[in-house]
Amino acid sequence: MPLIQIKNLTRKFEDFTAVDNVSLDIDEGEIFGLLGPNGAGKTTILSMLATLLSPTSGEALICGHDIVKNPTQVRHCIGFVFQDPSSDDLLTGRENLYLHALMYGVRKSEINRKIDEGLMLVDLTDKQHVKMRKYSGGMRRRLELARGFLHNPKVLFLDEPTLGLDPQTRESLWIYIKKLSVENKITIILTTHYMEEADKLCDRIGIIDRGKIIALDTPFNFKKNMGGDLVSISTSNPDLPSLEKIACITQVKYEHDLLSLTVDDAGRHLQEILAHVGEALKVEIHSPTLHDVFLKLTGKRMREGSGGGEGGWMTRSMHAGKR
Amino acid sequence: MQGKDSNMTKGAVTAELRGLYAIWYRELLVFMREPSRLVGSIIQPLLWLVIFGTGVGSIIEPGTISGVDYQQFLFPGILVMTVLYGSLFFGLYIILDKRIDFLKEVLVAPLRKSTMFFGKALGGSTDGLLQIIILMVLGAIFFGIHFTLLSIILTFIIVSLLLISITSLGLAIGSLMDSPEGFGLISSFAIFPLFFLSGALFPVRNLPDWLKTVVMINPVSYAVDALRSVILGITGYSLLLDFSVLIIFTALTVITGTWAFKRIKL
Ligand SMILES: Nc1ncnc2c1ncn2[C@@H]1O[C@H](COP(=O)(O)OP(=O)(O)O)[C@@H](O)[C@H]1O
Ligand SMILES: [Mg+2]
Repeated sequence: MPLIQIKNLTRKFEDFTAVDNVSLDIDEGEIFGLLGPNGAGKTTILSMLATLLSPTSGEALICGHDIVKNPTQVRHCIGFVFQDPSSDDLLTGRENLYLHALMYGVRKSEINRKIDEGLMLVDLTDKQHVKMRKYSGGMRRRLELARGFLHNPKVLFLDEPTLGLDPQTRESLWIYIKKLSVENKITIILTTHYMEEADKLCDRIGIIDRGKIIALDTPFNFKKNMGGDLVSISTSNPDLPSLEKIACITQVKYEHDLLSLTVDDAGRHLQEILAHVGEALKVEIHSPTLHDVFLKLTGKRMREGSGGGEGGWMTRSMHAGKR
Repeated sequence: MQGKDSNMTKGAVTAELRGLYAIWYRELLVFMREPSRLVGSIIQPLLWLVIFGTGVGSIIEPGTISGVDYQQFLFPGILVMTVLYGSLFFGLYIILDKRIDFLKEVLVAPLRKSTMFFGKALGGSTDGLLQIIILMVLGAIFFGIHFTLLSIILTFIIVSLLLISITSLGLAIGSLMDSPEGFGLISSFAIFPLFFLSGALFPVRNLPDWLKTVVMINPVSYAVDALRSVILGITGYSLLLDFSVLIIFTALTVITGTWAFKRIKL
């Protein structure tokens, strides 16, 4: 039985449908990604699953507990790393973890060991006694990640775990997420609007747009179904008829000395292809990305980085824990 | 959206208590980290005692109000004022916490909503009690207030009941509103009559009947009356009546607060 079962989940805000009839099964141990642009309804889905928001209709079971009928039981199985800052600026990193451990029922004898372990995994051991207001955005995120894992939840929700961080910090955070998820063997639902993040971290991806899941597959299959790699070769006299006979080539185009081929697994067949193109001045291989997938599915580009629809992380983070 | 709770095992009770402790402890830690908050909350009542107390005291024959100076007469009323302003506005923090995701970190915890609410209410009340203790020490040193062990204990009990009820009221308002401005408007409306119609600033005995009746309807009056009786020995209503009203008021506000907190809008 899937660990998370979602059936026709819908949430309306007045007339506006933020989440539209979403159905989804997620297996134990899976890292599942919800990929979609700002305002697609990702946070709203997670909020409903975490019993923070009630669905307008539909249902969901988490670890066998109904999110509407047994919210307390559901909360016993989950952890949540929120999109916006959620730790106390005036308290130290360690204090934030300690309060979390108490609230989320970590056994008393294990609290200190779990906190030490978590701090070590996200490399914050030497910053543990510093007040969070002195933390950088990346450090805060790391602490909140460690906090999400602290009580060993069966299911962890990661809402835009690297939103607003620079590319380097983002990549290091991916390593931490991988490390923590391997260490704890838990099921993760992650939301993101970064294609690369979904690609790197997730076993399966649901692409969500305007509250609807419009496609569901593994990152590998998504890219494979795009019809293979695009190979561009600058050459003056290719042998077009023999190229068309090669099995792995599905499309051949030749214009202005530029040969464009669509190839299944171009890396493996490059040698064979080059044998028929004569003298090649320049060869480029473009493997399909999730960008291409999204473009093909929705007919529009997904904007990355910029915040539309919601308050914008940076401005909101300025209020973090200020009181 | 609280579902039906299953029977509580001993482990579950421990878990709730530790959650309660965590939420209470967080409020206290945050409060202590900002000494300016503590100092700021003491200055206003002190100014009232010194300036208003001296000013009004200067137009009254010493000892004409039930045998004490006006400043001393005012002291219990100022304790109540401190509780009212500090505790009601504690509810504002819940609105500020809503604007970031901090409140969600609490709301997703595997605890009952009532536990979360109590933790918050006790946290706010403890902040208030610290202020009151400081004012009592200053009152004993500078304003000639005599405390006995019994009067200290009774003062703590009365103040705590009032703290819990007013904090609950503040949290109720904070849970149901989403803008700080709206909160400010509603709580100013609530505080004004609660304070000025409580007899905190003047004796109730010689008031015209209509005003006496209004004061009698205001539950805060009974806290003022009880404190005056315990600290200064000035009797108005009976202590039994004071305590009964305060306990009922506390129960009602806690129920209201829990109800509102369960319906919190994020
Ligand atoms: N409390 C709310 N009231 C009204 N509209 C909301 C509320 N929360 C979210 N929405 C709207 O629902 C849509 C989905 O929001 P959200 O789930 O936050 O998107 P995402 O997390 O994918 O960026 C957005 O258009 C947003 O404006
Ligand atoms: Mg979101």
